Amino acid sequence: MSRKSFRPDVDAPEWRGGYTPYDIIKEGTIALVVVATLVLILAVVFGSPDEKAITLKAWSNADPVDFATTAFSELNGTSTTATYGAPYNHGGPSQQIGPLQLEKWVGVRIPLNTAKDFVLDPLRALPNEPVLDADLVRYEKASSTTRASWLDAYAKATTTMKYRHGTVVVNATKAGPVPVMINELTTMARSGALDQDLVAGNDFYTTDYTESLLFLSDGQYLANVATEQHLAGNQWGMMNETGNYPGQAWLWLYAFWYQVAPFNSSGNGDALVWGTMMVLSLILLFVPFIPGLRSIPRKLRIYRLIWREHYRDSGRA
Amino acid sequence: MSEEIDRQWTTRLRRKAAGKLPPEKLLPDTQSSYVASWIYVFGVATLAALGVVIGTGCILALRGPQWWHGSSYGHFVNSLHLWSVEVFMFAMVIHLWGKFAMAAWRGGRTLTWMTGVVLFLASVATSFTGYAIQSNFDSQWITTQAKDGINATGAGAYFNVLNFGQMMMWHIVLMPLVLVLLTGMHVLLVRMKGVVPPFEDDPTPTPDVARVTE
Repeated sequence: MSRKSFRPDVDAPEWRGGYTPYDIIKEGTIALVVVATLVLILAVVFGSPDEKAITLKAWSNADPVDFATTAFSELNGTSTTATYGAPYNHGGPSQQIGPLQLEKWVGVRIPLNTAKDFVLDPLRALPNEPVLDADLVRYEKASSTTRASWLDAYAKATTTMKYRHGTVVVNATKAGPVPVMINELTTMARSGALDQDLVAGNDFYTTDYTESLLFLSDGQYLANVATEQHLAGNQWGMMNETGNYPGQAWLWLYAFWYQVAPFNSSGNGDALVWGTMMVLSLILLFVPFIPGLRSIPRKLRIYRLIWREHYRDSGRA
Repeated sequence: MSEEIDRQWTTRLRRKAAGKLPPEKLLPDTQSSYVASWIYVFGVATLAALGVVIGTGCILALRGPQWWHGSSYGHFVNSLHLWSVEVFMFAMVIHLWGKFAMAAWRGGRTLTWMTGVVLFLASVATSFTGYAIQSNFDSQWITTQAKDGINATGAGAYFNVLNFGQMMMWHIVLMPLVLVLLTGMHVLLVRMKGVVPPFEDDPTPTPDVARVTE
């Protein structure tokens, strides 16, 4: 290559200098031993966190009113999941970046009807419950207007909801079968049966916790525990983990965007953060092709520190 | 006979591979004298940490995903796995920015840089799937928060972070396969192209060099 066409941020000079002995196998072995020892010391000294998972049983026993309120929001279609939109349902607007409505375009691929899947189907699975069975039939056969009036009456009473002597207490005399249904679902959850029903569904073997996790995250209880553990979104969210552990510190830039406007106030915040991170990742990937950016290392001159022996020796020569 | 052998795919591949990567490049016993800085440690440290990550992950895999919750030995192996990931990511980030400072893509090393960046992004995704399958409170919170971002891209319809089984397969089969293949490619590219040489000395030497010159 001629000197004339040499581009310092793209081309590298041919090395005509000296060489030193290099035992790559020895280097690798030493690195492995040092790193393994370091990891061993860190594991012995700090261990790792293992905060027990919250079950629907634990939640409904710890805060039955929050559970019952959430269960009702699943039934009347006002919960976060019920109004989510794609990929779960058509319940709400999807996030978008400008004209890009990726969530909507992909569509409903994990279909969920919160009233049916989180409330009605689990209640139907309860054996020997003649009163509940009759109430479920009554609810399902009611006209949409009647059902709406029941749900509206119950919704107004939720603000004064209490849990006493093993029963969800609401002052909603015009709510039809809804009080019985919510109370029975709360009792079912407190026994642990709802955990099993939502996870197992119609199969014995399963590894899918989508329904349980969505139900759990619709309530306040999970968020309250997370806030106590400094894990809320405005506390740099999911890059942290319980206890004083570094967590996924490498997600700092991703978590950072959630702390600043417009990302932390926009209804399309998640889409905007992901869009921004994708653009930044592509820039990093294609740095060698981007004039200006690829010159930054040469202009920063940090390389003078890295190769200081080389420059010192060449200066001496 | 000889011509027939010369035309064989196997013969051609072997000759091409041997030409691009002769044994003295694959397992060198010398290196350019400019490769003398603490920053070079972080590349091999990343590789070593990856080895520990895979080794500890294999022990966890032997006993299944729930083992570590009920066994003190299992919990210790989980701690080893966690801290090897932390060391791996730390070393990788330092390595990445070190290579940026050297403009290590120069001299036909663009693909080496790009495989490195993809490796970093793939490592972030692999670590995330690991956090998603801890089957404890952390994984409950992390997955229920992360789903919104992933759903917003449309990917959540196919990459359901709330599906433990799916995340498990991604973490222990698909992502390690990607990481190991990319790492192999990255290391072979480094061996083929060599370590990027220093920038040619500029006309405004640092005080350090000026002092030596005097």
